[in-house]
Amino acid sequence: MSTSNPSDPGRRGFLKGAAAVTAGAATAGAARAADDPLITEVQPWAQSFGDGVDATPYGMPIEYESDVVRRNVEWLTADTISSINFTPIHALDGTITPQGCAFERHHSGAIDLPKEDYRLMINGLVDTPLVFTYADLERFPRENHVYFCECAANTGMEWAGAQLNGAQFTHGMIHNMEYSGIPLRTLLNEAGLDAAGDLADKWVFVEGADASSNGRSIPMVKALDDVLVAFKANGEALRKEHGYPVRLVVPGWEGNMWVKWLRRVEVMDGPVESREETSKYTDVLEDGTARKWTWEMDAKSVVTSPSPQAPITHGKGPLVITGLAWSGRGSITRVDVSLDGGKNWQEARLAAPGTDKALTRFYLDHDWQGEEMLLQSRAHDSTGYVQPTKNQLREMRGLNSIYHNNGIQTWWVRETGEAENVEVS
Amino acid sequence: MSRFPKLLTAAAPAFVCALTLAAPPVLADTLGLGRPATEAEIKAWDLDVRPDGRGLPPGSGSVADGEELFVDYCSVCHGVFAEGVDNWPELAGGDDTLADEDPVKTVGSYWPYLSTAWDYVHRSMPYGNAQSLTHDEVYAIVAYILYSNFLVEDDFVLSHENFLEVEMPNADGFIVDDRAETEYPVFSTAPCMTDCKDSVEITMRARVLDVTPEDDSAAAPAPEPEVTQAAAPAGPDPELVAAGEKVFKRCAACHQVGEGAQNRVGPVLTGIVGQPAGAVADFRYSKALEERAEEGLIWDAETLKAFLAKPKEFLPRNKMSFPGLRKDEDLAAIVAFLQAQE
Repeated sequence: MSTSNPSDPGRRGFLKGAAAVTAGAATAGAARAADDPLITEVQPWAQSFGDGVDATPYGMPIEYESDVVRRNVEWLTADTISSINFTPIHALDGTITPQGCAFERHHSGAIDLPKEDYRLMINGLVDTPLVFTYADLERFPRENHVYFCECAANTGMEWAGAQLNGAQFTHGMIHNMEYSGIPLRTLLNEAGLDAAGDLADKWVFVEGADASSNGRSIPMVKALDDVLVAFKANGEALRKEHGYPVRLVVPGWEGNMWVKWLRRVEVMDGPVESREETSKYTDVLEDGTARKWTWEMDAKSVVTSPSPQAPITHGKGPLVITGLAWSGRGSITRVDVSLDGGKNWQEARLAAPGTDKALTRFYLDHDWQGEEMLLQSRAHDSTGYVQPTKNQLREMRGLNSIYHNNGIQTWWVRETGEAENVEVS
Repeated sequence: MSRFPKLLTAAAPAFVCALTLAAPPVLADTLGLGRPATEAEIKAWDLDVRPDGRGLPPGSGSVADGEELFVDYCSVCHGVFAEGVDNWPELAGGDDTLADEDPVKTVGSYWPYLSTAWDYVHRSMPYGNAQSLTHDEVYAIVAYILYSNFLVEDDFVLSHENFLEVEMPNADGFIVDDRAETEYPVFSTAPCMTDCKDSVEITMRARVLDVTPEDDSAAAPAPEPEVTQAAAPAGPDPELVAAGEKVFKRCAACHQVGEGAQNRVGPVLTGIVGQPAGAVADFRYSKALEERAEEGLIWDAETLKAFLAKPKEFLPRNKMSFPGLRKDEDLAAIVAFLQAQE
């Protein structure tokens, strides 16, 4: 696209070609098509060179995908340094979230912490308090696991009703990556837990190296189960915004506990009751009392396309309805989709069997005849739990929980193919 | 067998059932990696304070001292009366609002433990300059937050000795997650698949609210500004200015520049390069800085770099509690950025 000369045959051909494709879409189906100049005329990319192998030592998405980016909702927070942005889930497929567009949440900004300056301390009720360097961590036996990380506030803006028009904004505080790291139990074992005595009532306090020093208390039972000290995601080093060089992975539990720039793990005889587990990340119920220690993320799903940011643009006929489902308490076993606002449901096709505490992709291949739809999805997990409606949750909890809104989402798809975030009776 | 047998025999909390404890991994012996942490290292990092007061260092601070500190360090975001500015958290008020339509959750109305306030102020505040307060200053600021919530009188002095005597109004306002009992049974029944409702009405639309961010990606890109080689500007290198803008993020919690800039915790920095020290109108400088200003200190590139490299060494007892910029390129960049702020 380096030329703007209107007489350039390549460009003219491109424009004519685009018009022809649009016309083809309008008539749809098997009608006899005009010759497509994208096929009948030699295109510039078929004639001259593309980029050499040195053009992009680390590649970025091609410019035509520049709208697939994280976005912020400015009015949510006072300052981008202590804020959150959203994964463009409406534009992704499969289940693995590329790191470059996986949502970020910082309490004091994403810090620069070189590997060489990284230290991890294990202290408290351990036999020998230890300090590990990054190089030390690389020498422990390592595991790979795919897990989703969801902010407890994901969909939190929707408690009082439909607010934000887009799956990215209603459900985008989530990402799903393959982590490489060390089970936390391995490091605790290295420091020795005899000093802790009975482990059933013990906790670990985990904190980060950034200025917010986000600290959370985690029961020892969980710490010894599946918590990972991770340094790679999707095969490569963690991104700065996700806690480079080392973060905690707390499968199935709220994202705030996945401490980034992890610097310290303290074995304790009780929780710290830090700011992030008392004043925040507690859920106020209708009578004013609040639930605390609501760590697990319940089963949830959302149709990612079509959706407000991903309208139907191709006219009547075959339509791929797709979305994501997940559960912090197990694996997804089934997803139902409704086209009529929850009156009737059909089972969607899972792209692959659900795995523990990871995103599952579902599809419903539909013959759309231009009818209005009220699209919903409903997740089932391996505990037998079925994703509730928003109103069922409201009856239990009132409107002020902020966190843990896993109610069923509705998109109103119009005859035009446009979609809107709505609520239904 | 398990390396953690005690865990399996003990009465486990309710959430255990959700975890896969059936086959705990058998760990090999230790690998001998890492090294013992020293006492000084543990002391430097192990700062957390517990609800029962464990972890609190000795010290004390009065409401009166706290008020002064709060105005200097906290009020820019939290308001002089801890009432909160813009979207920043309010720390006072909100009594008896937790069951209302919009609960106001403050230290006084919501926080169950005073230790949380001390711990958080000590480790994470002031915003943009964490871990810069002395223990006595933290006691004083927490005393002032209590006072602004009408929980103590104006002559109150908070110390490690009377810490646990302070009663937090919402101490009993929390229950441990009970979803397993109250919700999971209700939400674990076979769902309806056909004719589940008589009718479906749309009851609410997001578009009516119109709070979704605009998608500006489709908008035409701004035209490239034309660079005229002829009139080479005498100003700072644009690349350095751009780098300085990033460095300035670290200053922006306290300082503003440009149009409409106002004094915050620190003075407005527009036009600071070349200006005499202590010259910004309506800003209350430290005595230390005022003395140096009288001696004729001018903020030029050299003095600014020296100050910003080691603020406490260059100007002992000055009010800016910023640790300093370590890298020379950051110093050059921030000065270039400030130079560009005419």
